[in-house]
Amino acid sequence: MNPTNTKETKSTSSGNMKFPYYPGCTLKTTAKNFENSAIATARALGVELLEIPRWNCCGTVFSLAQDDLIHHVASVRNFIRVQEMNDYGLVKNENRLVTLCSMCFNTLKSTNRRMKENAEDLQKINELMYREEDYKGNVEVLHFLELLKSLGYEKIREKVTKPLKDLNIAPYYGCMILRPKEIAIDDPEDPTIQKDILEALGVSVIDTPYKKVCCGSYQTVKDKYIVAELAYDILSHARKKGAEALTTVCPLCAFNLDQRQQAVKEKHPDFEEMPVFYITQLMTIAFGMDKDVFGFEQNYVDPRPLLKSKSLIED
Amino acid sequence: MIKKIEISPDNEKFLNKVNELSGEVITLCEQCGTCSGGCPLVTEMDITPSQMMRLVQLGQKEVLDHKAIWVCASCFTCTVRCPRQIDVSKVAEALRQIILRQAVDHIDIKAIPKEEIACLPQIALVSACRKFTG
Amino acid sequence: MEDNKSPIMDRIAEANKAATTGIDAKDIENWITIHIMGKAYKVPADLTILTAMEYAGYKFVRGVGCRQGFCGACATVFRKKGDYKLQTGMACQTRAEDGMYLVQIPFTPAEKAIYDVTKEPYEASVFIRYYPEVTRCVSCNTCTKACPQDLEVMDYVQAAIRGDFDGLSDISFDCIQCGLCAMRCPAEIVQYHVAQLGRRMFGRYGLGVPDHLRKRVKEITEGKFTDEMNKLVSCSTEELRKIYTEREKEPE
Ligand code: SF4
Ligand code: SF4
Ligand code: SF4
Ligand code: SF4
Ligand code: SF4
Ligand code: SF4
Ligand code: FES
Repeated sequence: MNPTNTKETKSTSSGNMKFPYYPGCTLKTTAKNFENSAIATARALGVELLEIPRWNCCGTVFSLAQDDLIHHVASVRNFIRVQEMNDYGLVKNENRLVTLCSMCFNTLKSTNRRMKENAEDLQKINELMYREEDYKGNVEVLHFLELLKSLGYEKIREKVTKPLKDLNIAPYYGCMILRPKEIAIDDPEDPTIQKDILEALGVSVIDTPYKKVCCGSYQTVKDKYIVAELAYDILSHARKKGAEALTTVCPLCAFNLDQRQQAVKEKHPDFEEMPVFYITQLMTIAFGMDKDVFGFEQNYVDPRPLLKSKSLIED
Repeated sequence: MIKKIEISPDNEKFLNKVNELSGEVITLCEQCGTCSGGCPLVTEMDITPSQMMRLVQLGQKEVLDHKAIWVCASCFTCTVRCPRQIDVSKVAEALRQIILRQAVDHIDIKAIPKEEIACLPQIALVSACRKFTG
Repeated sequence: MEDNKSPIMDRIAEANKAATTGIDAKDIENWITIHIMGKAYKVPADLTILTAMEYAGYKFVRGVGCRQGFCGACATVFRKKGDYKLQTGMACQTRAEDGMYLVQIPFTPAEKAIYDVTKEPYEASVFIRYYPEVTRCVSCNTCTKACPQDLEVMDYVQAAIRGDFDGLSDISFDCIQCGLCAMRCPAEIVQYHVAQLGRRMFGRYGLGVPDHLRKRVKEITEGKFTDEMNKLVSCSTEELRKIYTEREKEPE
């Protein structure tokens, strides 16, 4: 095993619970602000996210064709890394793999489900990867929101030093953490997990039926205007209901709803821009953290004017 | 307008192929239209998801020529709502795969404009490659 | 060991031995049979694939270079007797074995992107701009298994996807550009070109200019080596050859 591209997560506070953490490639670039803010909030809540060594891209949204096993290999490889982390004592008996990106979550969890339910497929994959140790099928894939829920909303509330008063936020869930049912982290038709977290931060939560409507996903590569129309509906509906910003937990939702506002404006000149946060960015503010971890310079629509107007940040 | 369709062994073969690739039993569809009603991308499609299902039921290969199968964003809304528990997103996937497996890509990743490449996150390209290239 | 006593084979071996390896068949005790592009040849045991092929009468104009395992020109693919695994290696470094089936891959068709590293942003998007197919990687690890240099090829492709220039340069440093990884990749990625782009970017932006280089450039511009250089330039071919053979060599 070659540990060259293993990045040690620095400054581990000793008392913290340690979880294997799967970042995903986008979290290392355009969604670095998501990763940084999530790691910081987790740490504040007594959880250390340990990046798994030598992880590879999960190869998101693989084809759903029944015979397309090869695209499950990438996920299984990452599960083997979790086994190795336990073998090498990097974590102690911790098979829960935490993800931030919704699409990684969906990809990893769907594969895991198939491997657990279909011994023949698991065997085929193990044989294909004969250089790796076998995947034994006991990893659990956990989305960061589920981790927060399991820690308890009360615990989040206790950490809040700067309640996000008067901030009207519509949580957006998208598809990949809600559907299909078998892997959903919440009720697919009426999810509330983000609402519960946001309320613990003191936010006024705006509920909209668009919270679970697809943002267009990968269509953004082929035709940005398809996505722009969906983003327009999602954002303007939230605005109509009184929201000042959206929260998300997926780098692709974030791109489609935030950056694609540029395309929305081309088609709808009267459209007013609206900031889109990663929910963890709001947590870092509420926890009174240093502005270095906010990462607002990576947001396309600058949320700072809104936050300043509510006296939640200084310059 | 009434169109007369005769089901030939070839049509049946096509239906069976889609059944096999998707793992779904397409004849179970009762044409209730729930999938089409909830599909967030239906306005961009040339046929609705339930029409797509009907064409496959009848083994009509022309379904492969419709833009709809490529507009589907695999959002699984239809999947969670179908009263017959059919995973329609898997049917759309099977249809895409039939084309992609003939080495016919749906997008040319080399032709994506430079400005787009500079701003698109990896997650977008990885997923587009998965769905649109073979 | 199989004893292949075809008279044609013997005649071919006879005709070629002197021209290629200079080995006299009479002195050879152990023979093996290898299948080159489906045809069986009897060759002396203990040769590399490259010399065995030459013994069998193949003459290499291209597809060979250093004969030391450095230039990456002599890529070969083979299967061993009784083994289903398709294996790869450098013909000049891999021993021919009895019952092997093999063929040479002297060149991997691949387009090399044209870019100017001084004008590219030091970001992950540079890989996607020139080699967008990297995002098709399915993490099958086939490339790693194919690499004769034992590099973790999949890991450096993964490093490219996430824009980790440092990791990529480190892992891919010993690549000899043989092309075998690219021939096996189901995602049709040309790994070694991707790696080269990454290392160039890392060299330009990631490493900074090392002190010794800065010092040497200064010495050159100040004319420290000008006399020596002029002397060399005015040498005759003969004198040059003499200087070359008598040059100071690095200790082994
Ligand atoms: S889902 Fe996206 S961000 Fe996550 S690992 Fe896969 S490609 Fe990277
Ligand atoms: S929802 Fe199900 S049963 Fe109804 S039309 Fe769609 S596929 Fe057929
Ligand atoms: S998966 Fe495709 S067909 Fe089904 S609702 Fe979503 S976009 Fe429509
Ligand atoms: S990385 Fe690829 S090109 Fe480089 S040495 Fe290995 S197989 Fe050859
Ligand atoms: S062979 Fe290709 S697809 Fe497989 S791991 Fe290597 S780069 Fe990725
Ligand atoms: S041998 Fe492999 S590549 Fe060839 S058809 Fe079978 S599965 Fe496909
Ligand atoms: S001839 Fe150069 S590597 Fe074999």
